[in-house]
Amino acid sequence: MPVANAFLKVENLAKSFALDRPVFAGVNFTLGRGEFVCIIGHSGCGKTTILNVLAGLDQASEGHVFMDGRELDGPGLERGVVFQSHALMPWLTVRRNIAFAVESRWPDWNRARVDEHVRTFVEMVGLGAAIDKKPSELSGGMKQRVGIARAFAIQPKMLLLDEPFGALDALTRGTIQDELMAIVRETRQTVFMITHDVDEAILLADRILLMSNGQDTASGYVPGGIAEVVANPLARERTRAGLHHLAGYYELRNHIVDFLVTRARAGSR
Amino acid sequence: MKLLNLKAALVSTLLLALFVGIWYAATLPAGGTVGTTAGMTAEQIEYARMMGKDAGTQKSSGFPTPGQFFATMTQQLANPFYDNGPNDKGIAIQLAHSLGRVALGFLLACIVAVPLGFVIGMSPLLQRAFDPFIQVLKPISPLAWMPLALYTIKDSSVSGVFVIFICSVWPMLINTAFGVASVKREWLNVARTLEVTPLRKAFRVILPAAAPTIFTGMRISMGIAWLVIVAAEMLVGGTGIGYFVWNEWNNLSLTNVIFAILVIGVVGMLLDLFFARLQKLVTYVE
Repeated sequence: MPVANAFLKVENLAKSFALDRPVFAGVNFTLGRGEFVCIIGHSGCGKTTILNVLAGLDQASEGHVFMDGRELDGPGLERGVVFQSHALMPWLTVRRNIAFAVESRWPDWNRARVDEHVRTFVEMVGLGAAIDKKPSELSGGMKQRVGIARAFAIQPKMLLLDEPFGALDALTRGTIQDELMAIVRETRQTVFMITHDVDEAILLADRILLMSNGQDTASGYVPGGIAEVVANPLARERTRAGLHHLAGYYELRNHIVDFLVTRARAGSR
Repeated sequence: MKLLNLKAALVSTLLLALFVGIWYAATLPAGGTVGTTAGMTAEQIEYARMMGKDAGTQKSSGFPTPGQFFATMTQQLANPFYDNGPNDKGIAIQLAHSLGRVALGFLLACIVAVPLGFVIGMSPLLQRAFDPFIQVLKPISPLAWMPLALYTIKDSSVSGVFVIFICSVWPMLINTAFGVASVKREWLNVARTLEVTPLRKAFRVILPAAAPTIFTGMRISMGIAWLVIVAAEMLVGGTGIGYFVWNEWNNLSLTNVIFAILVIGVVGMLLDLFFARLQKLVTYVE
């Protein structure tokens, strides 16, 4: 991806909790407009920290993030976040949960307009029938769909997903992956997503960032970082069902799995 | 479930019957030992008469029987609003005075404790700074404030309200601060990513999230306030259910004392039920 039309630019990002032992350092990458990028790595490598820095919820120890040519400082409505734990407010119905976001984005909209907008996005994720239910009455998959609808409803320039399907069973996960892919393709949304699931990354991402953990080597401590960027060679019109029949799928999958097994945290165990 | 409720109601009724039965038996006029003069000398009869153990009078234990109690209760409940001067008012008037004091003190406590608890809960610094004061002030019996209140306020009725205020304020303050401090981080993060203004965040996110805990505090406060009002009114006198109990004790009218105790219990239960209902309204399932 040429840097010239980079929509999001991450420069030399580092985060340390203990002195001289940064979790990750020297993280550089870019995201093009409309690009879907997944980041994959073991627990503790700092994926969530990177996402939180992009979301403005956390501060990097070093480095800068630019979006649309302007440095990011704090959270903002132009970035929609889907949280791992869905983070819906349990005292509000699905309608009110999404309306809360919509009202935050467009405070001068009247009730009818907000409601119409909310309805559009609830129907987009196929939950029209459950619009007046509380989150406690929904299944895990439905809750995560509401979380996705909420993030899309504010029509952000970029979507940040923190392992959104981690807590779902395989069947539900597959369905929502398909839905997410359809919506993203249709809205040409720029997405940055954390995942643990190699197939999920291959299905959804245009590029996959492979992240290594910080390691103690013979020559001293090496902080974690982005070890490799893999461009997804598979056709963009891929489907979950046909994924494993595509030429190049196994090579790509093996490459990522090999990375995770051997290189991602060599020497740490 | 329904059957269980029915069984429980049956057992409750039996327990009540048993209780009344024991009460009845315990307050039966003592017959046997006193009242027979057979086999006593004239001197012994004279002695017994001097000691008040007259054979001619029916001596009871002095404790009212269930019958006497029910008579008093029906009489009190038939005319709860009469007012025959400062020392003789209907039970409803006395209750109204007590409830008024509790409501006023409780309301004042809400006005102080909820916003203050909110601020304390939001700031770890204030949480620590206020903690020693709360820890010291909380265990003080509210009645210990009474002399100070009477001296500074110089009005017994307002002092009563102050005592209710001071005992209601702590559970509400502590619970509000705790509820606000333990609002889930993810909800706050949602508010942050949506650039929600601080005021909107306070009312739309933190308040509903902390509401169940805050209402629990209010329920505890109301329970304590109702306990304290009786003692406070015994102390300051004038009006109220506590004063009524004390006054009837001075009248040696134990039936009225028992009646008042029952009324205090029932009203306390109703207050608690009311707050339980409020609590249920704001409780959410995660």
